[in-house]
Amino acid sequence: MASESVPISGSIHLERESGRTWLETLHEWVITVDHKKLGLMYIGLALLFLVIGGIEAMVMRLQLAVPHAQFVSPEVFNRMFTMHGTTMIFFVAMPVMFGFGVYLVPLMIGTRDMAFPRLNAWGFWITAFGGLLLYFSFIGGDGLYGAGGAPDVGWWAYAPLTSPAFSKGHSTDYWTIALLVAGFGSVATAVNLVATVLSMRCPGMTLGKMPLLVWMYLVMGGMVLFTITPLTAAQMMLMVDRYLGGHFFDTQAGGSAVMWMHFFWIFGHPEVYVLIIPTFAFISEIVPVFSRKPIFGYPIMVAATVGIGFVSMSVWAHHMYTVGMASYSNAFFVLTTLSVGIPTGIKIFNWLGTMWGGKIRYSTPMMFAVGFLFQFLIAGLTGIMLGAAPFDWQLGGSYFVVAHFHYVIVGGILFSLFGAFYYWYPKMTGRLLDETLGKWHFWLFLIGFHLTFDFMHIPGLLGMPRRIYTYEPGRGWEVWNLIVSIGAIVQTIGTLCFVFNLIWSYFRGKKAGNDPWDAWTLEWSVASPPPVYNFATLPDVKSRRPLWDIKHPEDPDWKYE
Amino acid sequence: MSAMPAALTPEWTLPSRGRIGMYCLIAAEAAIFTIFVVAYLFYIGKSVNGPMPRDVLEVPVFYTVCLLSSSIVIHFAERALERGQLGSFKILWFLTFALGAIFLVGTGFEWRHLIEHGLTISTNLFGTTYYSLVGLHALHVSVGLIGFLIVIAFSLAAKVTEAHSPQISVFALYWHFVDAVWVVVFTVVYIVGLRA
Repeated sequence: MASESVPISGSIHLERESGRTWLETLHEWVITVDHKKLGLMYIGLALLFLVIGGIEAMVMRLQLAVPHAQFVSPEVFNRMFTMHGTTMIFFVAMPVMFGFGVYLVPLMIGTRDMAFPRLNAWGFWITAFGGLLLYFSFIGGDGLYGAGGAPDVGWWAYAPLTSPAFSKGHSTDYWTIALLVAGFGSVATAVNLVATVLSMRCPGMTLGKMPLLVWMYLVMGGMVLFTITPLTAAQMMLMVDRYLGGHFFDTQAGGSAVMWMHFFWIFGHPEVYVLIIPTFAFISEIVPVFSRKPIFGYPIMVAATVGIGFVSMSVWAHHMYTVGMASYSNAFFVLTTLSVGIPTGIKIFNWLGTMWGGKIRYSTPMMFAVGFLFQFLIAGLTGIMLGAAPFDWQLGGSYFVVAHFHYVIVGGILFSLFGAFYYWYPKMTGRLLDETLGKWHFWLFLIGFHLTFDFMHIPGLLGMPRRIYTYEPGRGWEVWNLIVSIGAIVQTIGTLCFVFNLIWSYFRGKKAGNDPWDAWTLEWSVASPPPVYNFATLPDVKSRRPLWDIKHPEDPDWKYE
Repeated sequence: MSAMPAALTPEWTLPSRGRIGMYCLIAAEAAIFTIFVVAYLFYIGKSVNGPMPRDVLEVPVFYTVCLLSSSIVIHFAERALERGQLGSFKILWFLTFALGAIFLVGTGFEWRHLIEHGLTISTNLFGTTYYSLVGLHALHVSVGLIGFLIVIAFSLAAKVTEAHSPQISVFALYWHFVDAVWVVVFTVVYIVGLRA
């Protein structure tokens, strides 16, 4: 039986002597090129910035909880929403997705490291440097003029707000350079992911036998190559404008502010899919394992992912309906935007089809996955509403939009990400996260999420614009804003449960063993945490569920695929 | 159906990671250049003051021929290395470097000519888009030339053999890309935008 050549666990003995000093451990992590360590550092970096970005969100919600509040000054409020958006997208969502990717992809395709381990390390460190630069702006952004502080131009940084006339000091430059270098890191890691998936698979793992997570990271990596780079180009142009006196976005000299919008959203919209596709990947691994069934419709899932990748590149200007485009442009972008709903709908039905008739185990990862399915559907529905140009003319730039995209990012991406933490934490640390704390985390976060983001739609419908510092009483916005802010506090408590769980379970959690969830992909065939070399002998794969084949030699998958 | 005996399973081969990595990098770079080219095309004729391209721009035919022919020479350099003809590899490789260097010097002369005629990056939109696009390309040429110099240094130390042929061919992909970008830049700047 050839499938017996898959090792259940490696046993090469490479143990270092214990009792290393603190400095030696630090040194080891700083110089490492191991994809598992780098993945964990990516995730740690993202968690650090998640806390910072979360504090910024709380500052905003406290300011907006009641009318005429003066919790912070308008200048600080502008910095808060700019830094919150920039931090959450570039230094939380991107690093955490890359972190899970570089950790899991080599393990899942049965190899020992990424295609370019040193490039992997470079990608992480340059991203971390970008985050440092962004936050250095709090003290460095003043420049010589005493104006500025942290960036306050919004995370879109629309021209001409970023021109030297309106953005004095260096805060905008910190923003530009931080995103530029973090963008280089993202491209490097994307190159690495694509090369790893295409060139490093273990024997027998043809493209059609890869786990769906690997497929989706392949698509995500490919998208990053075409998504981050337009932003890189636009940031270069902005620097030419700001430092060399160029006129790209200078309307006084014939330049165009709308060009910046196009360039930014050519990056900005596909970026959403760059972030959501890895979450699809997590869901596609979690749902089958906890439904005790193979994924429903594997080929169509792959096709839908690739389809989303392509279509998402041609929808960007639905962020610009209110700018006033030609009617045929509007029609084109409405049609492409609404057509994204088709592959996405296929995916939702496939996950439901996987659960259908399965023996569902409601462990914490599965609870987050089910929360994701429901909330992502709602987020998609408001997305279709906003994708229609006439509707967007009414509500573009309102809190309805803010509610919509937070529904995607928190209700979709973050829920799926929490599921991924509960699912893979045992593999990464060797101990399970505590289920009771996990259930507390789930319910608190679910309730807080719905309090905040369900009710945030309403002030938007009532006409509350986004990014306002405060508002007058008597417009019917007060009660909704108060509920939204209370929800934010509940979410914070839920997140604290999660952070406490991460730390507590690291020391006191139940031992996980190799395969606590009775799963089917290769990462569960090695020890938890995996040894440095991952696999003592490279596995030989015959089907999409290599571990099932080993556990059930009488009924292996490859007989049916 | 039973498992196939090991001897009958086809050999497991995967594409070279170096080539895949370089193709990915080229894709990403192509996206950056696309944005700059789109900006150039969009801003043709939108400058509110002179000098305009028709007043100052001269078509760099000789330097273009140098750069494009270097793609052919590097191809033969690759072939020579594959066959182990180290001597001719060295000559052809240095020739490629020289052709690229001549191109870069040509860009320098062109810029001096333009600056003398009052066109800098801050003069008008033409200056901004022209120096950005051509400068971005020149930056890529410079990176390529540094790569050539490194190989030349190793080659002179007799450290380059036919075993390095795959790495050299990955580098050659980059150089072909730099040349291909020049075809686009040349078309946009010196053909489409010349009469503006």
